[in-house]
Amino acid sequence: MSDDLLVAEGVKKYFPITQGILLKHEVASVKAVDDVSFTVKRGETLGIVGESGCGKSTLARCLMRLLEPTGGKIVFDGRDITTLDRSEMRPLRREMMMVFQDPYASLNGRKRVGFIVGEPLDVHGIGTDQERKRRVQELLEIVGLNPEHYNRFPHEFSGGQRQRIGIARALAVNPKLIVCDEPVSALDVSVQAQILNLLKDLQREFGLTYVFIAHDLNVVRHISNRVMVMYLGKVQEVAGGEDLYKHPRHPYTGALLSAVPIPDPELGKRRQAIVLEGDVPSPINPPSACRFHPRCPRFHEGVCDVEEPLLRPFGAGHEAACHFPLERWPMTAEEIRNPTETVAR
Amino acid sequence: MFYFLVRRTLWAVALFIAATVITYLIFYIIPADPAKLACGRACTQQDVDRVRHFLHLDQPVWRQYLRFLWRLVYHQDLGRSFVNQQSVNQIVAGGAPVTASLVFGGAVFWLLLSIPAGIYSALKPRSIADRASMTFVLFGISAHPVWIGLILGYLVGFRLGWTPIAGYCDFFSPSFGSSCGGPVQWAYHMVLPWLTFMVLFAALYVRLIRANVMETLSEDYVRTARAKGASEPRVMVQHVMRNSMLPVVTILGMDIGLALGGAIFTESIFSLPGLGRRVIQAYNNNDLPVIVGIVVFSTIAIILFNLIVDLLYAFLDPRIRLS
Amino acid sequence: MTAILQVADLKTSFRTDDGIVKAVDGVSFSVAKGQTLGIVGESGSGKSVTSLTIMGLNDKRAATSSGSVLLDGHEILGVSTSELQEIRGTRMAMIFQDPMTSLNPVKSIGWQLSEAVLVHKDVTKKAARDRAIELLEQVGIPNPERRVDDYAPQFSGGMRQRVMIAMALINNPDVLIADEPTTALDVTTQAQILRLMKRLQDEYNMAIIMITHDLGVIAEVADDVAVMYGGKVVEQATVAELFDSPQHPYTWGLLGSLPRLDSKADRLEQIPGQPPSLLRPPSGCAFHPRCEFAFNRCPTEVPPLVKFGGPTHLHRCLLGDDTRQEAWAKKKAAMKVEAAA
Repeated sequence: MSDDLLVAEGVKKYFPITQGILLKHEVASVKAVDDVSFTVKRGETLGIVGESGCGKSTLARCLMRLLEPTGGKIVFDGRDITTLDRSEMRPLRREMMMVFQDPYASLNGRKRVGFIVGEPLDVHGIGTDQERKRRVQELLEIVGLNPEHYNRFPHEFSGGQRQRIGIARALAVNPKLIVCDEPVSALDVSVQAQILNLLKDLQREFGLTYVFIAHDLNVVRHISNRVMVMYLGKVQEVAGGEDLYKHPRHPYTGALLSAVPIPDPELGKRRQAIVLEGDVPSPINPPSACRFHPRCPRFHEGVCDVEEPLLRPFGAGHEAACHFPLERWPMTAEEIRNPTETVAR
Repeated sequence: MFYFLVRRTLWAVALFIAATVITYLIFYIIPADPAKLACGRACTQQDVDRVRHFLHLDQPVWRQYLRFLWRLVYHQDLGRSFVNQQSVNQIVAGGAPVTASLVFGGAVFWLLLSIPAGIYSALKPRSIADRASMTFVLFGISAHPVWIGLILGYLVGFRLGWTPIAGYCDFFSPSFGSSCGGPVQWAYHMVLPWLTFMVLFAALYVRLIRANVMETLSEDYVRTARAKGASEPRVMVQHVMRNSMLPVVTILGMDIGLALGGAIFTESIFSLPGLGRRVIQAYNNNDLPVIVGIVVFSTIAIILFNLIVDLLYAFLDPRIRLS
Repeated sequence: MTAILQVADLKTSFRTDDGIVKAVDGVSFSVAKGQTLGIVGESGSGKSVTSLTIMGLNDKRAATSSGSVLLDGHEILGVSTSELQEIRGTRMAMIFQDPMTSLNPVKSIGWQLSEAVLVHKDVTKKAARDRAIELLEQVGIPNPERRVDDYAPQFSGGMRQRVMIAMALINNPDVLIADEPTTALDVTTQAQILRLMKRLQDEYNMAIIMITHDLGVIAEVADDVAVMYGGKVVEQATVAELFDSPQHPYTWGLLGSLPRLDSKADRLEQIPGQPPSLLRPPSGCAFHPRCEFAFNRCPTEVPPLVKFGGPTHLHRCLLGDDTRQEAWAKKKAAMKVEAAA
């Protein structure tokens, strides 16, 4: 049994844009996910971080086959699941579950909590009614809820508690992999801490593997072993948690790190920032070659807009896609604008 | 925007063809033999066959349809009544203004009633006025136009004698077959029909407008307008009204179509010589060309009206223009 | 520095079907021109209702307010609607969290910006439009002459928030209230907007009240901070004081729950339980059910605001000073924040 639980190779997801009077034909496509590759080892947490439009949520749904990838390959536990049909996917769905962002929308308000958490067991035909009820109560307790609330409705719980219900539901069938799509973004800070601690505890107790998607770098770093940074559908950098934050290689990662507010007034004022100009461009017409080049402080004409940078290694488990990676960190604004090394040919 | 126009027009044409095909087919595949009906009771089988040939009824249905379509589009001729050989065009031309008076006049009045009532109810929820409106809504949706018409006719027309109970007066001048004319007489005779006709729709629209206005009032951009220091009247007119009325425009398009159907009841009760009554007469006489003609005319009218409404909506809502 | 806005013992309750909700229960603070006051709290803390009360934007049928709000020495709480309408948009302005829903989608932004001018000043439409273009340029919208006729959906999230800021600043207000202005934005966009607001604050010499749940944002932009919980201010200090020696257990909880880039902690500090119900708030100190240091006085006495150290640092905790210092020292160690290089 290999160490890699999930392998993604060149995953692509394009959404077509059609136009036409009677018969619609495709005129362009939104390249939401464009050639993304990574591996997730058993028992580890891979964090995927990026801003709006980077494709991380779309990627998550492709991994779960909730969306059909336009191209590429997804290998789960040694098995190529990219093109399996419905009936073949069914037993695999026990092994990969998802926790969603909105604790208010992801639970059916008309169903009782017992039903919601027990539904995966029901769908996969696990256990008798009695056994299922016991299992659900066990799960409620594991996630820190009162098992006696089995018959309550979601609206009787707070946001954080509803998120716990979602996690209990994901755990019900003992999955190997849980994909968490922004699970704490909609929660208050103090509740967020509870859920993050819970996720970590569960991982230790049940040997779970997580793919954790978020836009908040602090959160991602706290919970992940390795972090992947995405921008406009492409992977910009992958590194171990500590490594990424101590020495980012990609200017975009640097910009993200500079932008994250630090709860320390002294540090915050002393820190040099790479503040990006402009907005994130649309994934319909992404910039040529390096997607980041129009906003990059290190942009070199003739190189960055002509040749797409490939992911290059920078030490153990650290890769970045940039022609002019950051030489060290932190850097002053001046230093950032003037690279001294290049890996471009 | 251009694509939008072209696409809507093409759809309109497609709809028209579909509607006429279906109408044509339904009426010509019913068991009654049109030739026999056209010929009359005194005809022998030979006569019936002659009539059949004369009316082209021995040809395949699709050929009959195409002939009909050709005649309609090229000659704008809807055919001739089986009963008295009168041109269907004339019949429609006679009935259309009456039905139009009823429907469009009724629409104006139901809007004039429901818009202020709906807005007021939304601004003062649970007040006495609001509760009265909602009671009216319940009544209006539940009571059938026929019942309303008969009650009104009896109480207001007969008992109190305030308005006439039946008959139609032409707007411009006395027309053939009636003894009155002119705008005042026209309106006078239309009061009860309008009231009967509009109750249902007014009820529906009060509820719709009330819901829309309440929803719009809680929108964030209304709060922003107030935060800018805009006065309440300004906020209401510039931000709330325009936005909450948009759905009303769309629904109006749909409802005019429904209204044409509902007009049949009202016309029958008040003996208005409109298309609704004519079509019932034609039905009783098995007068197929008249039925088909009126249906075709109504279909075209509804399609055109909806097209206008769509264009108006695109004009009012820039989001439609942008996408 | 004299305060331009002084709020004293502000209270707002709402009449709901389930009972009276005391959303704001005795809040006092002040802010001077050119300074930023950060109000930090979680959902249900009353921070948003406080700002809506100051602006008079609560639903009059349901809300009752008491207390005092002095704008440049003049009482504005409870004044007539027309007086409030004169102040709003000219002396005090507000921007909200979601710029998409806060802008009217069927009117051009130029129209909406001009409206902000025309409602208060008797100028021509052209003059208002020119002013709108001027503001768009100031907030960094490229091609303002062209974009002034565009509609809200045609702008990105960051751009829309810039438009909101332009609309708020168009009449040179003395006070800007920003209610979670960057919560809905990406982190790089947030950095741009915060930088923009700081620049404009210096140019216009405005007071800013920044409402947020993000302590990082507070650290970056605020001069003074008020921490709200259960409708009350539980701690108030300069930003240096708050992060250096916080005195209230809730503040400790907030600081400890933050995952930080510069921390080595494996587990985050977690405050047990949920934010309090405002319908039936806890007796005594609102935080006591969730506080690990609660003792016998906490459920029975409502802690008053007391000073700590300097005159600018206030808090509502009944614990003795020594106990608190010890507790904070332990918590700080547990946060395992790495010393800055």
